Amino acid sequence: MKVTDKDVAYVAELANLELTEEERAGMLRDLNSILQYVERLSELDTSNVPAMAQVSDRYRVDDSKQGNERFASTIREDVLEGLRKSLPHREALANAPDADEEFFRVPKVIER
Amino acid sequence: MDLKSLTIDGARSAVQRRETTALALAEAHYARIQQEDGQIGAFLTLSKERALEQADRIDRMAAEGKTLPPLGGVPVGIKDVMSTRGVRTTAGSKILENYIPPYDCTAVARMEAAGAMVLGKMNCDEFAMGSSNENSAYHPVRNPSDLSRVPGGSSGGSAAAVAAAMAVAALGSDTGGSIRQPASFCGVVGLMPTYGRVSRYGLIAFASSLDRIGPLTKTVKDAAIVLRTIAGRDPMDSTSAGVPVDDYVAELDKPVRGMKLGVAKEYFGDGLDEEVRQAVQAAIDKLKGLGCEIVPVSLPHTPYAIPTYYLIATAEASSNLARYDGVRYSHRARGVKTLSEMYRRSRDEGFGAEVKRRILLGTYALSAGYYDAYYLKAQRVRTLLTRDFDEAFRKVDAIVTPTSPTAAFRLGERSNDPLAMYLADIYTVTADLAGIPGISVPCGETREKLPIGLQILGKHFEEATILRLAQAYEQASQ
Repeated sequence: MKVTDKDVAYVAELANLELTEEERAGMLRDLNSILQYVERLSELDTSNVPAMAQVSDRYRVDDSKQGNERFASTIREDVLEGLRKSLPHREALANAPDADEEFFRVPKVIER
Repeated sequence: MDLKSLTIDGARSAVQRRETTALALAEAHYARIQQEDGQIGAFLTLSKERALEQADRIDRMAAEGKTLPPLGGVPVGIKDVMSTRGVRTTAGSKILENYIPPYDCTAVARMEAAGAMVLGKMNCDEFAMGSSNENSAYHPVRNPSDLSRVPGGSSGGSAAAVAAAMAVAALGSDTGGSIRQPASFCGVVGLMPTYGRVSRYGLIAFASSLDRIGPLTKTVKDAAIVLRTIAGRDPMDSTSAGVPVDDYVAELDKPVRGMKLGVAKEYFGDGLDEEVRQAVQAAIDKLKGLGCEIVPVSLPHTPYAIPTYYLIATAEASSNLARYDGVRYSHRARGVKTLSEMYRRSRDEGFGAEVKRRILLGTYALSAGYYDAYYLKAQRVRTLLTRDFDEAFRKVDAIVTPTSPTAAFRLGERSNDPLAMYLADIYTVTADLAGIPGISVPCGETREKLPIGLQILGKHFEEATILRLAQAYEQASQ
């Protein structure tokens, strides 16, 4: 599978990146070289291998139990135990590039 | 006081016995930073006010004759991917150039609760993406052993600061080797704990199923002290484990005689530098001399680790980094007319080349039509890589390997070839994918006096075992 300039432009758009012409050419070259290297994974037959999304699966699941009980160690009471309170409004806005006393301020929302 | 040989216990007990003060220790380190860091570049931000407040607290405790906590008066550095309330946290990126976190990372809070003085924030590759620290948006870090060479990455600032005695210890983060590889390049100890052992709350996310926080220190014992401090369940991170925390320090001196050490041929193949191979072999022989039994093991899927890693890590990164949109925090481009233009231009201006490359690769791997072929495939191979370790650990207590195939390379040597750079992590990414702990401990030097690292990998939550082996080796090699 060879990545084309069109693919790079499409993926950049999905990722909310614009990229200059020059950047796009560099990315095209690098993506093709990396994806070519990655192709070696197709040598492996993984049709009967489960996907591993996270490590926690390996020590948090008790397979001798049924249903939700399998994840007993990850379940907690639905209380505010240990959870901190929400940030004060002012602190939550403090890092915003543009805000008033109440809200984050952004440019007009217009479809491209 | 000789800062180079100053350890955690050394610093703490000197303050406790009132031979010095925490304030004097903090100031001695700031003086050394002033003197050395202009050429090394390990710090991005100094947090002097915060460190001196802590020094005052510790000195008052010492004056009142109270027993100091385990890190009382110990000057430390924090990799700039960990949030520090009121202290600028950039992740090495221009997109967070002015970001002041409103809360503390749990690991940092635990370090300070244990008495540590946070001197400042350590330089790193942008969003921890890199193996040489050349991807920092601010400036590269130089290796204290040879200023023409990289310190490794991404925790390059943390490793270099400890190596150059600008901090007694530092926290780093490891996603593909970012604690162990720079530890190896700089000649310090670097420990990556089991996934879930240390809370990730407040760690700026790169790849959430892989990211881990751990210590870089001058000695194995110091790594054990820091781990004991930061480990354990945190309600703020649902992936942090409820597994009890061992007393890693007390376990250190247990004998290693009779322990079984696996050696896998997959870690000694093509691309391994001859001097590194010899040093690691000598270290293995030394462990054998201490009564360990060397057992050949096979980790047959190792050649697939780097491609698996780069698909999973970039896919997760592309999702995690979507939050930098210039709305709530992070850089916002000027003069934009629409929201969509604001997103794109802010991200274009704020992210560096490697971060963009990984976002694109990750987005591609997750996009319609490629998800099964790339992302899902990589997750299945991750299972195979993990099973390799399960199988090996049925026969052995730990596995010993080189940390990196080479010693530190020169600045600029690999920066134009992303793939060559990725291969610097070839012996470290496997442990990240499998979730197991690993430590890098110095094991000699090349003829050019560049440090070499021995990596010891252990079973999930058996940090005590690898620390014990690392300390036995450290003591035997002195």
